[in-house]
Amino acid sequence: MAKSKTKYVSIPSTTILPERDASREPVLKCVNLGITLGGIKAVEDFNFTVGRTEIVGLIGPNGAGKTTVFNLLTKVYQPTTGTILLNGRDTHGMNTMQVNRAGIARTFQNIRLFKNLSVVDNVKAAMNNDMRYNMLSAILRLPNYRREEIAAHRRALKLLSIFDMQDMADVRAGSLPYGAQRRLEIVRALATNPSLLLLDEPAAGMNPSETADLMDNIRKVHEMFQIAIILIEHDMSLVMNICEGICVLNFGHVIAKGTPDEIQSNPAVIEAYLGRRKESA
Amino acid sequence: MTMRRLINLKRVEARRIYLTYGIVILAYIICQTMSSTKFLSSSMRGMLVPICAYMVMAVSLNLVVGISGELSLGHAGFMSVGAFSGVATAILLQKVLPFAPVRLAIAMIVAAIFAAFAGFLIGIPVLRLKGDYLAIVTLAFGEIIKSILNNFYMGVDSGGIHFSMLTDTTRLLKGGRLIIKGPMGISGIQKISTFPAGFILVMIALMIVFNLVNSRSGRAFMAIRDDRIAAESIGLDITKYKMMAFVTSAALAGAAGALFAMNYSTIVANKFDFNTSILILVFVVLGGQGNMLGGIIAAAVLTILPEKLRQFSDYRMLLYAIILIVMMLATNNAEIKNFLTRLNPFKRKEEVE
Amino acid sequence: MIFLNFFISGISLGSIYAIIALGYTMVYGIAKMLNFAHGDVIMVGAYVCFYAISRYGLNPFVGVALAMAACTLLGIIVERLAYKPLRQAPSLAVLITAIGMSYFLQNTALLLWSSNPKVFPSIIGRGSFKLFEGALSVSHVTALTIATCLIIMVVLSLFISKTKLGKAMRACSEDKGAAQLMGINVNATISLTFAIGSGLAAIAGALLCSAYPTLMPTTGSLPGIKAFTAAVFGGIGSIPGAFLGGIMLGVIEIFAKAYISSQLSDAVVFGVLIVVLLVKPSGLLGKQTQEKV
Ligand SMILES: Nc1ncnc2c1ncn2[C@@H]1O[C@H](COP(=O)(O)OP(=O)(O)O)[C@@H](O)[C@H]1O
Ligand SMILES: [Mg+2]
Repeated sequence: MAKSKTKYVSIPSTTILPERDASREPVLKCVNLGITLGGIKAVEDFNFTVGRTEIVGLIGPNGAGKTTVFNLLTKVYQPTTGTILLNGRDTHGMNTMQVNRAGIARTFQNIRLFKNLSVVDNVKAAMNNDMRYNMLSAILRLPNYRREEIAAHRRALKLLSIFDMQDMADVRAGSLPYGAQRRLEIVRALATNPSLLLLDEPAAGMNPSETADLMDNIRKVHEMFQIAIILIEHDMSLVMNICEGICVLNFGHVIAKGTPDEIQSNPAVIEAYLGRRKESA
Repeated sequence: MTMRRLINLKRVEARRIYLTYGIVILAYIICQTMSSTKFLSSSMRGMLVPICAYMVMAVSLNLVVGISGELSLGHAGFMSVGAFSGVATAILLQKVLPFAPVRLAIAMIVAAIFAAFAGFLIGIPVLRLKGDYLAIVTLAFGEIIKSILNNFYMGVDSGGIHFSMLTDTTRLLKGGRLIIKGPMGISGIQKISTFPAGFILVMIALMIVFNLVNSRSGRAFMAIRDDRIAAESIGLDITKYKMMAFVTSAALAGAAGALFAMNYSTIVANKFDFNTSILILVFVVLGGQGNMLGGIIAAAVLTILPEKLRQFSDYRMLLYAIILIVMMLATNNAEIKNFLTRLNPFKRKEEVE
Repeated sequence: MIFLNFFISGISLGSIYAIIALGYTMVYGIAKMLNFAHGDVIMVGAYVCFYAISRYGLNPFVGVALAMAACTLLGIIVERLAYKPLRQAPSLAVLITAIGMSYFLQNTALLLWSSNPKVFPSIIGRGSFKLFEGALSVSHVTALTIATCLIIMVVLSLFISKTKLGKAMRACSEDKGAAQLMGINVNATISLTFAIGSGLAAIAGALLCSAYPTLMPTTGSLPGIKAFTAAVFGGIGSIPGAFLGGIMLGVIEIFAKAYISSQLSDAVVFGVLIVVLLVKPSGLLGKQTQEKV
């Protein structure tokens, strides 16, 4: 492909839809976030704000740096530059575990379930920090062990039932069908009580009817838990349907921000993303 | 529809746990009656306690290797810390506590505490490493523990307990007793370990590990084993849980070491070398990682086997090596494995995913 | 001057470790396995050399050449029979197999050559160079060991970086699948790696036993473990790392024996390894990899 010599310049403002979070403090605010990986600037000057209960889409061609943004937010990679404010708190110096405890939960593009655990244990593992009983209670099966385990089990089943998975509770996670594995990752992330949920290509590999169900479920989760969601997705109908704001990445830079309608008609986006897709299709 | 073909983990697991307890109890009853009715040869009877100790070692190492997914090549080190601290405790208590079973129990508890402490100290640096690097460092620690115990002297006299390193400079008063004698280890041990005590320790080890595995800690161990990054992303404290598994495992190994040592009149640090660590690892791998029953059976079989091979005298260890290699090839080579599964219709049904 | 003497013995012992560590590191780099039987290949090499020289009265260097041939063959056979079927198996199974192979070699040696220690004749006599009017004495074996190690280092580095086979080895250790697609015969390359590593082990065996003449079926075990430590120390998978690690380990060991305690020297060596890994978790020259998520 003869790459055009376009120099991408990131959009400076952090907000996608300025009118949305005028009053309340945003869940997430990134300023000039960037990282160099293997000599290339995988993400540069990433400015981004997500409101309390917003669903925003993060789109862009393969290799644009979308997953890298998630890895930066969750500190799987340490940012080379920039600041991440989570609920107003700087996450500088935190690790992945601490960021999760501070409110970010995520799924992975390449599914990362606890394969040898049962479905319900995957979810209960994520509720670990809610449980209080200690090792001795577990070894001696003291009453607080039983009480908390039963409560956790009930809550796990309830969460699974959102995605209609309660019947698979005792199945080994690794042997689930692909679509179910993706849904289980979402349930597991939700079980940590996040205020911001990051979904990395949740519909990848799903058929259209599964995708439609997934869309309903994401809406349901959003309504039930009143949390913010960032969605990376290549299925444009899914993104355009459920996202309030969309941010487009290309070669590590934000090239456009706006409502779904604005994005669909943005010439830079069409060139960088939709245009290229037409070419290869 | 397809769900019926998926394994119901909960049921399989519960069945396996009860089966394990059941088989251990049954084996104990059989061995105990055989031994009291003199059906068991004296050499076999002498092996009952070591077998129990090795079974506990297998369960203990399985917690690290099978459940937590970390390779440890120095587990015999914890066994030796337990053996030395346990035996020393028993000797110190000899006058105060004439009733042997209580002395044995206290010695095992002290042994477990010392080994757990060693596990904690070693865990601090070790658990920051991954994979093969972690393995080599556990190997290194096993060797260090052996070196230190080989040069450690401890004696007791009316003035209290005295220690020294490298050479015996304890300068005990008259009537004092040098308990740990460097490379000579400890001698004159009262053999107070019994088969029932060994059985109880095996049951306790199983209870601890099974109950731990089915708790929030166990889920965390296995989650970290299956996917470290995902485990961090749901807020699990990797260091804390790895340490918990490592220390628990070390404590069990320590108790096993005390049980083992008090079955002999002399014990030296060189008994717990790299080869012993490997032997225990072999129990775990042959029994199936994470499979407690398998590890226990492997421990028993591989302790008895060399004895039974004694008639082949010189060829004994050679045969052992060949069996080891062939077993690994048979259980891990896809072609051979397929061939074996085809022969066994019962197994095939269970393994469908 | 005493210090210098210790230093030279350290480098000499370290050279032996380095030659052995090469075998570990090359095999690890390409097959991602810890070949615990490598130490016992040294022992086999030493025995072959011993019999060639003492029983059949051959020239010592012919003896070493025979030992190299035997070990190369042994390395290839072991890889084909025991490790190749386990290419896809979990690493723990491969590790246990390697340990089984180690027991196998030791016990075969025990049956063939008995447990009675043999006194190994030095391949280059027991003379020594006297320097500084006799204040510093360097034995011929020490000099030969250090020289051999240097030569091996240069030749091997050239082989790896310049020749086609060397490049194939590097390609296979980066990515076996891609190497295969590029037309490299992966199985042959792995065999070649085992062959080179085992051939070097034979040289190490002859040098080791020339310096420390007691030869028994277990002779290879401890140097094997030490060299393995050296390989990890330098960064397993890295060839310069194996040299650096080997030499440093030898020097540390001799100094620990001389200035701390001869009984605790092993503990000191392993202690230094632990400290190094804490500071540099992938060894001195190993490369740290970031997992893609
Ligand atoms: N760990 C890493 N090391 C080197 N390069 C990386 C790493 N992770 C991602 N990259 C590079 O960063 C760029 C962005 O990747 P990614 O975020 O996965 O894109 P996508 O938008 O498809 O999710 C790619 O060029 C990728 O190769
Ligand atoms: Mg991606």
